[in-house]
Amino acid sequence: MNTDAKPMVGTAAKKPTILDRTGISHAGRLDRFLKQGGVVITFLVLAVVVTALIEPRFLNRINLLNVMRNFGLLLIPSLAQMLVMTAGGFDLSVGAVVAIASVVSATVMFVAIPFFPGMEWVAILLALVAVVGVGIVVGTVNAGLVAYFSLSPFMVTLAMMSVLVGIVLYFTQGIPIYGVADSFIAAVGRGQIFGLPVILCIGLAILAACIVMQRFTPLGRHIYAVGSDLRSARLSGVATGRTLVVAYALAGVLAAFTGFLMTARLGSGQPTIGGTLALETIAAAVIGGVSLRGGVGRAEHVAMAALFLAVIANAMNLTQVDSKFQTLVLGAVLIAALALERLLLQRRKA
Amino acid sequence: MLQVSGMTKRFRGVVALDNVDFSLEKGEVHALLGENGAGKSTLINLIAGTFPWTEGACSVHGRSLSHLTPQVAREIGIAAVFQEFSLVPDLTVLENLFLGREQSRGPFLKRGDMRRAATELLDELGFHVPLDETVAFLSRAQKQMVEIAKALRTHPQVLILDEPTASLTDGEAEKLFDAMARLKARGVGIVYVSHRMSEIRNLSDRVTVLRGGKKIGTVTTADISDEGLIEMMVGRPVDQLFPKIEHRPGDIRLEVANLTTAGGSVIDASLVARAGEVVGLAGLVGCGRSELCRAVFGLEPIVSGTVKLRDKVVDRPSPPTMLADKVCYFPADRGSEGLALIRSARENATMSSLGLPSLSAGPFLKFWREADVIKKPLTDLALRPMAPESKVSAFSGGNQQKVMLARGLMQPFDVYLFDEPTVGIDVGAKVDVYNLIKALVEGGACVIVSTSELPELINLAARIYVMHEGRIVAELGEDERSEAQILPHYFGGTA
Repeated sequence: MNTDAKPMVGTAAKKPTILDRTGISHAGRLDRFLKQGGVVITFLVLAVVVTALIEPRFLNRINLLNVMRNFGLLLIPSLAQMLVMTAGGFDLSVGAVVAIASVVSATVMFVAIPFFPGMEWVAILLALVAVVGVGIVVGTVNAGLVAYFSLSPFMVTLAMMSVLVGIVLYFTQGIPIYGVADSFIAAVGRGQIFGLPVILCIGLAILAACIVMQRFTPLGRHIYAVGSDLRSARLSGVATGRTLVVAYALAGVLAAFTGFLMTARLGSGQPTIGGTLALETIAAAVIGGVSLRGGVGRAEHVAMAALFLAVIANAMNLTQVDSKFQTLVLGAVLIAALALERLLLQRRKA
Repeated sequence: MLQVSGMTKRFRGVVALDNVDFSLEKGEVHALLGENGAGKSTLINLIAGTFPWTEGACSVHGRSLSHLTPQVAREIGIAAVFQEFSLVPDLTVLENLFLGREQSRGPFLKRGDMRRAATELLDELGFHVPLDETVAFLSRAQKQMVEIAKALRTHPQVLILDEPTASLTDGEAEKLFDAMARLKARGVGIVYVSHRMSEIRNLSDRVTVLRGGKKIGTVTTADISDEGLIEMMVGRPVDQLFPKIEHRPGDIRLEVANLTTAGGSVIDASLVARAGEVVGLAGLVGCGRSELCRAVFGLEPIVSGTVKLRDKVVDRPSPPTMLADKVCYFPADRGSEGLALIRSARENATMSSLGLPSLSAGPFLKFWREADVIKKPLTDLALRPMAPESKVSAFSGGNQQKVMLARGLMQPFDVYLFDEPTVGIDVGAKVDVYNLIKALVEGGACVIVSTSELPELINLAARIYVMHEGRIVAELGEDERSEAQILPHYFGGTA
């Protein structure tokens, strides 16, 4: 008879341990620091302050504009990388897509401008359409192979990179393509809106769209879910194949769009650009807290990481660090960021 | 309401389910019973649309369906709670509850509405789970509750529950049963898979028994005895589930004094275990039973206290020294701690005995002896199928467990520590495990069994220690081993 009473005591005594979990207090501060991108903010602030102290030219207006353009051009493909990585994959073909898009946009403009005399904007628009098309096709092929043939994203996009680089170099023989619309170079490549480079403004608009997509739309949820646990997502009724295709296609479009902007910046279609972009975008994503296993990562943190990388690259250029040495620094920073994050995660779990 | 006929499923030529008929009425609880590998999981996965069937027909509300996907199953009101969860670890509880079924206005999520609905749902079920916690940080029981809540959120007509109480405490299970009763009253049909005979008896209206992929029969629960069900399930009359064990307590083999572990899961625990007796460790999941076994074997860091083997104090227990001192430990989680699933049963069985003279010569393995050496232990344990070269992952749960147990039979040990030896295995394999324990004890070994199954403790152990929140709160002897006497200690009370 007392068996009836005792379990009641037991459940009552058990409750507090359950409620503890609901409280924010447990390991609260470190937890929030990590979640809010504390690591990347610290990195960014340190980089800016240190650079400004040792190299006053950093704060020069012209230099800052330059940093912002470079940031914009790294931000967009980094967001592409983030989309694919949060969906549980990798996109090693970003750089190659940038190159092919650059070549395609320059070629389209070169060919189309004579047909529309006095209406360069039509040629520019055609180039944009072609570039978006390239991005969608590459992204969809990548996703199709990953989702429906269950191939490893790493290998698929590595092979895709090789294919695209091969196509670009075969048709251009490595020679830049000229004949880009002048108004395009002036408006997009050098233009400013309220004193900010157009490229930066476009990058920030895309960033805002990514944040809204991740937080406030079912698609954002589904990308996280697919990256975190494909099987569970499928069992929950998420259209996993379609989600992967959308994520990779969006990434392809963003990468191709980067190539379009690069063309405006460089004034020509460049077949050899983007060679280090796969590593740089993965670095930005990972420093920004994107999990290598998928399911975790926020656009705003990736953006801060991209800005951080743009700042240290600029700092090294200003202080005339050898470009080969810069690659070494990029690798070292990446390792340091990973090690630090892991260390903090372990502390949190303990 | 749900009618399945001639259902057959072949995986790469292997028949997992053979021409099975199954039906579910409105407001009925229909239990599925069978040993592991009998086809229960296959059947419920087919109904839930996880994978397509090879042959057969399925109709819901008289509408016949040519195929099912998880989405289609959901739309026609079939929801499933599997043992392997369908929760995404990196999303929060709230996000998981609505995954794949988000409420949105235009392209945007209705976050406030979803939060309100989730709070209501959990309150109605009486489950306490924090909505904003990431699922990866939840306990298994909490995940189970989220999984159940997620299935119920869509107001299903057919609910499939696969061993839902396996990781719940009794209190949590009661809440689930209440929720089931309410659903039943609303006309929801429930397919209930469980190994626990008492649950099947209390909850179900009808039972369908499967064996080896075939349907043995469907009976009304009230018309059949437990023995009858077990006989249908294992295919042979089972007079008794538990063998009669002759305990002949001898010298003290293992003595633990005032042991406290680093994490605080075990606090100031003392116990004695003698040769020729089975000592039981009882308590709720998480009470420190497992950690105590692990600490003795050197898998949990010890802060204070001593472990003595045959009067000899072991300074720093570690798995290699404990094995050398003839202590054998069988972990509860055989998948992640016990077995290398992609290696063969043979390699797994000999894994901790490769240093024995029968198997090694200098730095080399006598690999030609290996097959011989494992033959007897595997035969004694009745490994089914008797295929030592197959990958461990190809065996059913019960037979994987036997492969692990075979390790302990490669050489004589003095002390055997079993942590949850029968979790997730079928009745037939359980009987084999009980017989192994009997053989070991009657052969003069000292056996310690930590389990959450009370009947096992009552029938196998000579003495039982009950743990609560890390401490040993009671020691019960031969004549005090009844459920009524043991249970109060589970919650820290004194009977």
